[in-house]
Amino acid sequence: MPAVSKGDGMRGLAVFISDIRNCKSKEAEIKRINKELANIRSKFKGDKALDGYSKKKYVCKLLFIFLLGHDIDFGHMEAVNLLSSNKYTEKQIGYLFISVLVNSNSELIRLINNAIKNDLSSRNPTFMCLALHCIANVGSREMAEAFAGEIPRILVAGDTMDSVKQSAALCLLRLYRTSPDLVLMGEWTSRVVHLLNDQHMGVVTAAISLITCLSQKNPEEFKTCVSLAVSRLSRIVSSASTDLQDYTYYFVPAPWLSCKLLRLLQCYPPPEDGAVKGRLVECLETILNKAQEPPKSKKVQHSNAKNAILFEAIALIIHYDSEPNLLVRACNQLGQFLQHRETNLRYLALESMCTLASSEFSHEAVKTHIETVINALKTERDVSVRQRAADLLYAMCDRSNAKQIVAEMLSYLETADYSIREEMVLKVAILAEKYAVDYSWYVDTILNLIRIAGDYVSEEVWYRVIQIVINRDDVQGYAAKTVFEALQAPACHENMVKVGGYILGEFGNLIAGDPRSSPLVQFNLLHSKFHLCSVPTRALLLSAYIKFINLFPETKPTIQEVLRCDSQIRNSDVELQQRAVEYLKLSSIASTDVLATVLEEMPPFPERESSILAKLKKKKGPGAVSGNELEEGKREGGELNGAGERPGDSSAIGASNAVRLHIPTHSLNYDIIYPPPPLFQSTPSPSADLLGLRSAAPVSAAPPSAGSLLVDVFSEAGPAAPAAGANDDGFLRFVCKNNGVLFENQLLQIGVKSEYRQNLGRMYLFYGNKTSVQFVNFTTTLKPVDPLVEGGAQVQQVINIECLTVFSDAPLLNIKFRYGGALQNLTLKLPVAINKFFQPTEMSSHDFFQRWKQLSQPQQEAQKIFKANHAMDTEVLKAKLLGLGTALLEKVDPNPDNFVCAGVIQTKAQQVGCLLRLEPNAQAQVHTHFPVRALGLESRPLGVSSVTTLSLCVSVVHHSFICNKCL
Amino acid sequence: MIGGLFIYNHKGEVLISRVYRDDIGRNAVDAFRVNVIHARQQVRSPVTNIARTSFFHVKRSNIWLAAVTKQNVNAAMVFEFLYKMCDVMTAYFGKISEENIKNNFVLIYELLDEILDFGYPQNSETGALKTFITQQGIKSQLQTKEEQSQITSQVTGQIGWRREGIKYRRNELFLDVLESVNLLMSPQGQVLSAHVSGRVVMKSYLSGMPECKFGMNDKIVIDKQGKGGTTDEAGKSSGKQSIAIDDCTFHQCVRLSKFDSERSISFIPPDGEYELMRYRTTKDIILPFRVIPLVREVGRTKLEVKVVIKSNFKPSLLAQKIEVRIPTPLNTSGVQVICMKGKAKYKASENAIVWKIKRMAGMKESQISAEIELLPTNDKKKWARPPISMNFEVPFAPSGLKVRYLKVFEPKLNYSDHDVIKWVRYIGRSGIYETRC
Repeated sequence: MPAVSKGDGMRGLAVFISDIRNCKSKEAEIKRINKELANIRSKFKGDKALDGYSKKKYVCKLLFIFLLGHDIDFGHMEAVNLLSSNKYTEKQIGYLFISVLVNSNSELIRLINNAIKNDLSSRNPTFMCLALHCIANVGSREMAEAFAGEIPRILVAGDTMDSVKQSAALCLLRLYRTSPDLVLMGEWTSRVVHLLNDQHMGVVTAAISLITCLSQKNPEEFKTCVSLAVSRLSRIVSSASTDLQDYTYYFVPAPWLSCKLLRLLQCYPPPEDGAVKGRLVECLETILNKAQEPPKSKKVQHSNAKNAILFEAIALIIHYDSEPNLLVRACNQLGQFLQHRETNLRYLALESMCTLASSEFSHEAVKTHIETVINALKTERDVSVRQRAADLLYAMCDRSNAKQIVAEMLSYLETADYSIREEMVLKVAILAEKYAVDYSWYVDTILNLIRIAGDYVSEEVWYRVIQIVINRDDVQGYAAKTVFEALQAPACHENMVKVGGYILGEFGNLIAGDPRSSPLVQFNLLHSKFHLCSVPTRALLLSAYIKFINLFPETKPTIQEVLRCDSQIRNSDVELQQRAVEYLKLSSIASTDVLATVLEEMPPFPERESSILAKLKKKKGPGAVSGNELEEGKREGGELNGAGERPGDSSAIGASNAVRLHIPTHSLNYDIIYPPPPLFQSTPSPSADLLGLRSAAPVSAAPPSAGSLLVDVFSEAGPAAPAAGANDDGFLRFVCKNNGVLFENQLLQIGVKSEYRQNLGRMYLFYGNKTSVQFVNFTTTLKPVDPLVEGGAQVQQVINIECLTVFSDAPLLNIKFRYGGALQNLTLKLPVAINKFFQPTEMSSHDFFQRWKQLSQPQQEAQKIFKANHAMDTEVLKAKLLGLGTALLEKVDPNPDNFVCAGVIQTKAQQVGCLLRLEPNAQAQVHTHFPVRALGLESRPLGVSSVTTLSLCVSVVHHSFICNKCL
Repeated sequence: MIGGLFIYNHKGEVLISRVYRDDIGRNAVDAFRVNVIHARQQVRSPVTNIARTSFFHVKRSNIWLAAVTKQNVNAAMVFEFLYKMCDVMTAYFGKISEENIKNNFVLIYELLDEILDFGYPQNSETGALKTFITQQGIKSQLQTKEEQSQITSQVTGQIGWRREGIKYRRNELFLDVLESVNLLMSPQGQVLSAHVSGRVVMKSYLSGMPECKFGMNDKIVIDKQGKGGTTDEAGKSSGKQSIAIDDCTFHQCVRLSKFDSERSISFIPPDGEYELMRYRTTKDIILPFRVIPLVREVGRTKLEVKVVIKSNFKPSLLAQKIEVRIPTPLNTSGVQVICMKGKAKYKASENAIVWKIKRMAGMKESQISAEIELLPTNDKKKWARPPISMNFEVPFAPSGLKVRYLKVFEPKLNYSDHDVIKWVRYIGRSGIYETRC
């Protein structure tokens, strides 16, 4: 670096800065700055040209003023002039000004780029470095466009100085991060990889950052770097601490480079070449050995550097997960750190052990440290370390030690920090469920959990215990008994009351034989908690009461008395009041048979992924928002508590106000649940990808295989490739189908899974990023999702749908995101048509025609005659009509060619019965007329014209037939 | 009520901190410093709410006075108190500056103890305070019991602002009518808004307990008298000169009941200087100066400005300290000024041309022209053209207020109204006197 000569001191600048610093008030400062600005303006305006020194000085002053927070709108030209100076200091100030203040001003950018180009092509390394630094500092797209082609050439040129090479590598890295599409390595790839062999350690260190970043995106192209990296690493590891002179840091040879090399290797699977692998294993062993050596220095920097390498090495070992010997050694090494007096080391050791625990080779080794970890959980001073200890306990838990670990966690829970309690509770709940040998232990554990940390028990936990109790006959009696006992405590948590209410309501009869828990005693016990509970719990309790009436007819008068009292039947809360009124009526009017049917024991829940597990995964995700839990809880509540369907916040969208969408935030970032592409991760994925989008993801242009893969999943979609772009087509295909690909283009694929019951429905939308670049600002009109969608990742969104009344237009879904800077905007129709709310009805031929004739008035009838787009095939037609949601009535119509259907459209406001007849024209050829005639009957006419409904039905049917990709 | 009072210097260091109530914690001091004094964005509102605590502040030169409260107090009361506090401090040690506050540290705490009690404002009359808070150290030994009881009876008595037994050889009375004119005028000379805020300040050196009566050309009074039987002619002539007062406030010595019923201002004056009343008028204002601007943009790099000022009052009167401030664009790189009268200069630090004239008689006119050179900038933003502002001082009341009489009655002592020497002075100053260009 050229020495700063005395004349470059810039006294004027120093005086100005000290003036500013001495200002007593803001006003004084502004005055001084105004004065200086006026001075600079007059100088720049002046007719005689300024010399380089004063230009530099004034530009410096402007920069200083700008950094103080004032706007600078002139002086750019002078700064650009400085760039062409031959003096280092002047050039430097010019570049500084440009990189701080430049904006995409067209004319100036051209000049600046010119100056940079000149400097890049000069032979002066200092100037080249300055130019490269400026490019990297600005790092804009314009810069990338102008120089992305030039820099790789400088980077690999044989005659480039080492310092310039370093700058070039880092500059390229920066440009690649901002606009990856513009930085095309192509021909340079192999030469860049060979920079790993460079003599100069600095160049290697800089290049390896670049290579790591590039190889994460294009692992195949950079595959050759593995062997080079291994040899480089082995050279460093085996070198003595004195060999590398400048690059030895506190007796550790090149720690940064080693860490980076190890991290680069983590992008690839274990090398296949035996020799390379042997060498690498040797290196890793050496690193592990070195950790055992006595420290060469007492300085903390020495141990930090050493441990940094060690932890990277362990991370690599875990990543490979194929060397049992190394894994066990790593585990033992970490075990030593568990008791180290350095808190950071303990934290890191616990964190790494968590991953080690999931490997089959080292799981046993990890388990030997259980006592230490439990001890850490209890005595550790730092909460984050305790958190890691809890994570590790969770990870190392298996069938053999589950009881011990769960007991320890439960006992710790009483004193645990508030910040980690909720997570602990979830973990205990999951472990208890996962490793439960006998379910009575499970019930005990969970009830204990609720007792100890009731506030932190989220809804999912108690839903889950109820699901399990209902699904397992063998624990029901035990659960009822335990719950009954738990409820006898004078103060019990509301969640306990909920569980108690639910379980006693379902299975109270199992313990009613005991006089200590006779029906009345049970009821009184529950009712004694009633007034202490919140409204949702009270609602649940009311449902439990009505179930009691069914289970124990002798409690009927007491319960009716309770329901009849003013505080229930006139409750200000509409939900409670309605329940009280309805239950009271139900109990007094209905016969025991009816009661028994209505209040039948809940059917077993379908087995699926534990909702708690999903919640825990979400909690760990980067986009986890605690607000989500509440809403999700609501949804689950509706699901479990059959009588308590409560519409939450609704947001009707699109043209139709008839469909109400509940959107629980279930947007899991699938990066967490499904591991990134297999190259980067060798552990088997815990759950299968729902749509199989993953496997097609890294390819930028959609290959036909992606289509067929999806077809496999959705069975009958046919060999035709999914329509790209045309959503109308996509929409029509969904008339008779519930699952499939709604939309697909080069960037994005949207999959849909939906299910409908009566007037309710739930739709899962899967947004799959097909590119390798992340989408930024990803938003949909429905509900906030994680704004970042990683390349190849999939985001899920759940929408609850309620059909309020008959509607014609499908709600619109608008999706916006940024892909590589360009804003993408998509508007799609959500595949919701009125026929989704059809309930099939079976009826006899006689019934059918009787009703058909009754509904002969013009407003009760609609019909349409249309041309079929394709050949008529009876089986296809049948499948379509069934897909429509109606019941296909066989042998009803005298004409065997005709198809007859019946169904009821369920909306919140009303139920509309529909009879439908499809009369294909006799000549069943390609051009066939399909007169469709439909009749409707309204069970409860509520003001919506039936004609509208019917014509809607007909048009939907029509759509389903003109779309040849329906099935 | 006020929970505490802090005084800061310009750096935000606490000079005085007096907490009256427990609900104000120590961190309140820092909260104000961080959120107001050191705020990144300049705080403009005089009331700031931080964490359910209200901070009322006024700034005197570089000194910040902040009153703090957690309760919902009358903000006007708090500010009135803060202004009073400033007056009191000025009366004790002159200008409020960091230096003076540091030097009078003990005195200020003593004053704060006296004028605020548990957050409730007490007697803040300078004259009264000066009788028992003195700067000469402990005086109690020198004070006689009689004097002490006299002070007590004065401070706690009905006429807290004046003590008994004052004697002057010459009974004298000074009355100043101080007004400030505020104006905003369009470039075409249309008045967009104008008002006068005035004060009547008195200095009285009178013996005994005199009763004073002050009369001015208030429209309501004149009209009433007109109806009360004076001749039509008199009514007309006086009606012309009467003024409509929009609102006014009085010193505590004025008997408000009498003002309400008879609209007469009668009072027993405090000894020394005080502000008798404040008022505001908006109608029939005499605008002492008219500013006629002319701005012409010549290309992108040049601006020509011509400003004419016309004085609009009796030629016999002389306006003083005239200053016209013409804002210049932010990219000014050079200015040439020519003016007939006074001196004009481009002040870069204020981004303005300042034109000063010492004296100017009524019904005259003067002119300045300037050529402003501009530096072309990258921004396409147009210059906002701030208004031209003006400062001056004229020897009459722009509101048209006239003092009709000031009568003094002292029944106990043997001097009459005629024996009192009375001085009346009118000063009209500019407030915010702006013309758009």
